[in-house]
Amino acid sequence: MGQTLYDKLWSSHLVEEREDGTALIYIDRQLLHEVTSPQAFEGLRLAGRQPWRISANVAVPDHNVSTLASERSQGLAGVQDSVSRIQLQTLDDNCADFGIPEIPLDDKRQGIVHVMGPEQGATLPGMTIVCGDSHTSTHGALGALAHGIGTSEVEHVLATGCLIQRKMKNFRITVEGSVGQGVTAKDIALAIIGEIGTAGGTGHAIEFAGSAITGLSMEGRMTLCNMAIEAGARAGMVAVDDTTLDYVKKTPWAPKGELWERAERYWRTLKSDHNAIFDRDITLKAEDIVPQVTWGTSPEMVVGIDGRVPNFEDMPSDTARAGLQRALEYMGLEAGMAITDIRPDVIFIGSCTNSRIEDMRAAAAVLKGRKVAPSIKQALVVPGSGVVKAQAEAEGLDEIFISAGMEWREPGCSMCLAMNADKLEPEQRCASTSNRNFEGRQGSGGRTHLVSPAMAAAAAVAGHFVNVEHLEEAV
Amino acid sequence: MEPFIVHEGLVAPMDRANVDTDLIMPKQFLKSIRRSGFGPNLFDDLRYLDEGVPDADNSKRPLNPEFPLNFPRYQGASILLARENFGCGSSREHAPWALVDYGFRAVIAPSFADIFRSNCFKNGLLPIELDEAVVEQLFRAMYEQDGFRLKIDLSEQRIEGFGSESLRFDVDEFRKDCLLKGLDDIGITLQRESAIRQFEETHRHQFPWVFDVVEI
Repeated sequence: MGQTLYDKLWSSHLVEEREDGTALIYIDRQLLHEVTSPQAFEGLRLAGRQPWRISANVAVPDHNVSTLASERSQGLAGVQDSVSRIQLQTLDDNCADFGIPEIPLDDKRQGIVHVMGPEQGATLPGMTIVCGDSHTSTHGALGALAHGIGTSEVEHVLATGCLIQRKMKNFRITVEGSVGQGVTAKDIALAIIGEIGTAGGTGHAIEFAGSAITGLSMEGRMTLCNMAIEAGARAGMVAVDDTTLDYVKKTPWAPKGELWERAERYWRTLKSDHNAIFDRDITLKAEDIVPQVTWGTSPEMVVGIDGRVPNFEDMPSDTARAGLQRALEYMGLEAGMAITDIRPDVIFIGSCTNSRIEDMRAAAAVLKGRKVAPSIKQALVVPGSGVVKAQAEAEGLDEIFISAGMEWREPGCSMCLAMNADKLEPEQRCASTSNRNFEGRQGSGGRTHLVSPAMAAAAAVAGHFVNVEHLEEAV
Repeated sequence: MEPFIVHEGLVAPMDRANVDTDLIMPKQFLKSIRRSGFGPNLFDDLRYLDEGVPDADNSKRPLNPEFPLNFPRYQGASILLARENFGCGSSREHAPWALVDYGFRAVIAPSFADIFRSNCFKNGLLPIELDEAVVEQLFRAMYEQDGFRLKIDLSEQRIEGFGSESLRFDVDEFRKDCLLKGLDDIGITLQRESAIRQFEETHRHQFPWVFDVVEI
């Protein structure tokens, strides 16, 4: 019997399996950030333990950082919020105490952990990768086994180099064909979640396959794998191919010379065998996918741009009807209304889902020579890392955003989870390229609609949601 | 970790599907570098009428009278009854820390998100998965009967207090053993130190690039 990509990654890192089915999995790389690591380091200290392998870890501050150039120019001392500053200082102190490599706040390579990791080559194909953040699934785009863990597990990986795990089931999602104009990886991800639901992938590792997936750039694959957790799957992945290797080869920390040759030979085997068995296997047609917009308070509450908010009679159960009622009340929407009639107040382009250079280019292409509608109260563009920011500026994208009336910020997680000052006011409505439209996610009482960067830019210009391909007629 | 052997307690509802960890523990409280003190901000957005900020005196904040955990009948609850896909979203362990800090020892639901479930076990909080129909019956019984209590026996994997027969539940053997004994995962894994070292040597030989030291 053949092996799936997940089977291969699992077995190459299996230290030992217990009779009860739990296993010790060796972890190649742990990424650390300021929010989910302080209690783990404290745990090590209290138990008098040292990290198992210091060089397995790389740290970077991202969740809690200001995105204002005025604050950032003064490094840690410039952080206005004292609670945030203590947390950021604690990361620096912990990394210094334990000798863990950290990219500091004022370094050009600083960025959202899931943008920085692949960009620097800190995460590579074939690795097991963990981080105290659920969007660690992003790194599966490299053909790696990557998933989010809790803080106790962060401490466990620091102390033992391993994770206690039970093997997940194999789930393949194939998307065949080619997507239409204006349809991106984000739309594919949202369409999949709309199809299988936010718990559809629970207990599974998802492999994304098919011509629509292999046709995606690495940035697109990262967007897709990033959203695997929104479908309930801890891990999402894409097999290694030329696109993967071309991307990895350019990264600073990728192996060089003979070691690269050796690594490449191995990495090329990182794909599912033809006769591999999947516990679950579904196929979507790329041609059926249109640009997506979420209307509710869960990523599965999603519909195409040409669609409408559901009606109560469309709901399968009482729990679903109650869920619809609550979501409509929270979102301030009417059942059955057209998606194109929804008018955002705020635009957010950023997050570990959509803040890479390709995302910046897609948004800028829509905004070039256009203006943000007067009804938009705030429009933020937050690049995923200093490297993305510099590249965008070299291409003149920052000027396009600024001329359109948007704010061009410093890298960080920003309004995706609103831990810093970038947040929605109660009842403010946001077209957001982030990953979660949960109640209060972007600020208490804030209303989130998840979209692609091109669709967020189109909504910014039109003042309402619109198919980016029909923007010309809408303005 | 506090062992979980038998627990008997008052049951309270969280009657909606897909309760995410942002709802359980909103992000503004994640700035804390401590592991405790999250209980007063559990379900903060639902529980209070004003917006919660870190380090506020929560006892002076206006409570939402419509939120069940604020009802007199659910005061002192230690078992949370919930709906499907409980704990979805972010991996923040602050969510189970808050539930434990509030006083919960168990959550009963038709299904849990993977990372949340794993985080619960590491904090002495028992996630119990029961059939959706059974959970529905428990909800009805709880709503009908003031002071509805259940007794959870982990070693027997049984719940008593509902109907004449006890309800059986499944639990991962390894996790059950850790909970019963209050064992620390790290201590258990470090007993296998030599096996890990041995694996690491082979792994280093096979994939040397993984062990390259990253120079910042």
